[in-house]
Amino acid sequence: MKICLNNREVSMAGESFSIRELLDLMRFTFPMIVVKVNGRLVRKEEYERVFVGDGDNVDAIHLISGG
Amino acid sequence: MKSRLEKLKETCIGIAGCGGLGSNCAMALARAGVGRLVIADFDTVSRENLERQYFFLDQVGRKKVEALRENIGRSNPGVIVEIHDLRLGPDEIPAIFKDCRVIIEAVDHGDMKRMIIETVSECFPEKFIVAGSGLAGYGGNNALSTRRLGNLFICGDEVSEVSEARPLMAPRVAAVAALQANQVLEIVMDDLAPARADDAWEE
Repeated sequence: MKICLNNREVSMAGESFSIRELLDLMRFTFPMIVVKVNGRLVRKEEYERVFVGDGDNVDAIHLISGG
Repeated sequence: MKSRLEKLKETCIGIAGCGGLGSNCAMALARAGVGRLVIADFDTVSRENLERQYFFLDQVGRKKVEALRENIGRSNPGVIVEIHDLRLGPDEIPAIFKDCRVIIEAVDHGDMKRMIIETVSECFPEKFIVAGSGLAGYGGNNALSTRRLGNLFICGDEVSEVSEARPLMAPRVAAVAALQANQVLEIVMDDLAPARADDAWEE
């Protein structure tokens, strides 16, 4: 499958992945992250339940302390 | 037909947090001519805050929301400033920011940033959020940018963590606060259309 991750096209072997699997595969291990799939925000509690597949647009935003 | 400055004057902007990002962003928006600001913070002004936050020595010990309202009034008394002296949580956010066209995320900790983004996105999917992420240290001017994801804008370099070698410092904090304020002007003055929740967003 091919997805668009943070504006880059990424090819992955497989039909679909949960958000949790995707973050692990991409080594996005930052403690504070916000994930949007096709513009919709996915809460952390839903990472195991929400799946992405071919053509999906995924954004993973690292929220860094400091303000 | 309203002029762009009239649109700004009729707009209400919410600011969650009155530290380095929030205080500088509020002053920039007030000077630019935003009509109404809703500001929220639980903290008091400390001596250390003066290194990068828009407060003054004689305001140390005062509530940040009250001191900031005073500073806004000294620069543009025409701005209506609504203050909320409290620690924002998911229960408070909907009532406080319901009238705001845009909500500025200007809190300190990553988990608070996430809570604000999640709560606003869920309660008000049509509202814009302008968040800050990655502003510690100095230099790196060209790394600072703004990324749009649906109705969420992220200002900063999205990388810089606070460390001993790279603490939060006034110029870079104020630069990101100005990026946030500048993004608000574009949303309001150019009437940017909000993305619908299910839309795939495009650059």
